[in-house]
Amino acid sequence: MRYGYFPGCALHSTAKEFDLSIRLSCPHLDLELVEVPDWSCCGASPGHMISEELALALSVRNLYQAERHDLTTVIAPCAACYSRLKSANKEVREDARLMSRINRVVGEEFTGKVEVRHLIEVLYKDVGLSRIESSVTKPLKGMKFACYYGCLLTRPPKVADFDDVENPIIMDRIVEALGAEPVSWSHKTECCGASFAISRPEIVVRLVDEILKAAQFAAADSIVVACPLCHVNLDMRQSQARNKYGRNYNIPILYISQVIGLAQGEAYKALGLDKHLVSPKDLLKKGLASF
Amino acid sequence: MRCLLVEEEVHQFSNLVKALSGEDVSKCYQCGKCSAGCPIASEMEILPNRIIRLIQINSKDTVLSSSTIWLCASCETCFTRCPEEIDLVRVMDVLRRLSLEEGYRCPEEGILRFNRFFLASVKNYGRVHELGLMMKYNLASRQPFKDLGQGIALFRRGKIPLRPQRIKGMDQIKGIFAKSKPFLEREASGGGGR
Repeated sequence: MRYGYFPGCALHSTAKEFDLSIRLSCPHLDLELVEVPDWSCCGASPGHMISEELALALSVRNLYQAERHDLTTVIAPCAACYSRLKSANKEVREDARLMSRINRVVGEEFTGKVEVRHLIEVLYKDVGLSRIESSVTKPLKGMKFACYYGCLLTRPPKVADFDDVENPIIMDRIVEALGAEPVSWSHKTECCGASFAISRPEIVVRLVDEILKAAQFAAADSIVVACPLCHVNLDMRQSQARNKYGRNYNIPILYISQVIGLAQGEAYKALGLDKHLVSPKDLLKKGLASF
Repeated sequence: MRCLLVEEEVHQFSNLVKALSGEDVSKCYQCGKCSAGCPIASEMEILPNRIIRLIQINSKDTVLSSSTIWLCASCETCFTRCPEEIDLVRVMDVLRRLSLEEGYRCPEEGILRFNRFFLASVKNYGRVHELGLMMKYNLASRQPFKDLGQGIALFRRGKIPLRPQRIKGMDQIKGIFAKSKPFLEREASGGGGR
């Protein structure tokens, strides 16, 4: 199965391990990823806050790059990129006048023949749980994961339409197929404060504390994410949240692709597991000791 | 008898918001679900449902100078749960842009500064260069050592490239920035749209 791959800015820097682990684990599942040539930033939140036309044009430029290179489906692993690209695609497809206006701004002729999908959606629907299960060589027995979806993997349901909006289950099913135990918990779709990490860190620290507290309460060993913004906030702001609110949690935050890679027998460093601030070393010793 | 409320005047602001966002805030009957689910509500001086009410009663200045419109994280919880399906995120976007266009002082300077530096990075390279963005932000906010510890930890793990990645299609990116206008009018006859 051949797919376009839109890594997005974060996967080339603070979320490098998300990129590394996707490139390692996907071939085990016969997913061939072709990077969208010369992709550019989707504009993220600052784009749509400042200018609607800019936000649409930056996304459409990337969709056109995919279309021009015959990549009919684009996988965006970052929930924010996914949301921007998919909603822009939807808007210009539904409104011919808007499409031609945005095409004028971009200076290309995008025709709308591209689908934007998230990695977990493709894993669940196209690859399927049985194929994922059969790629497992080291089942993650005894590990308890809190799957965290954050805002934009399920919201708004008119854009992110592949899972239940209030109680998504796709990642839970995937980690189950890897032999781990997904915990039932309260904060699956709460917001981490994403774009305020730099400009209003105290808000992010409060939100992060609430999410970590909930995962601890559900007795999760680790939180599994599928968004680089969720990851950087939960991992990087964890020590601040611990100090500020006097907590004792120490919860490694893992990307879904790292968890899949681990179960497929890929190495700790190759999956970028050494790149987290909250080290998953002890957790993995405990979990993988059963082999 | 003299009519005290002139229809056009009293709905001026909500008509403007409708023309620019396509969202009809008059449908709101104040159930409060948006504020109940809002993760940033505790930091907001005016709750999201009240912002809607203030638009309905034409309190433009209060709305456009509030911190609420900048504190909205665009998490989409409000829109997802709104029984009238009002896209409050789209409304907030329009309010932010209106507040900038009309020269209101932004009470959340840091958020605005971050957004502008973020887009400047995209304009210069086609992609965001996180290190450059953070350094510029910290210097401009006169807190050069903010998050230094975290920054060093990320750098040690090879997660912060020193140099920006510049894409090939920079002419196109420059063109997009030069041609983009802040607003897209949703209805030709909506009135008030610029």
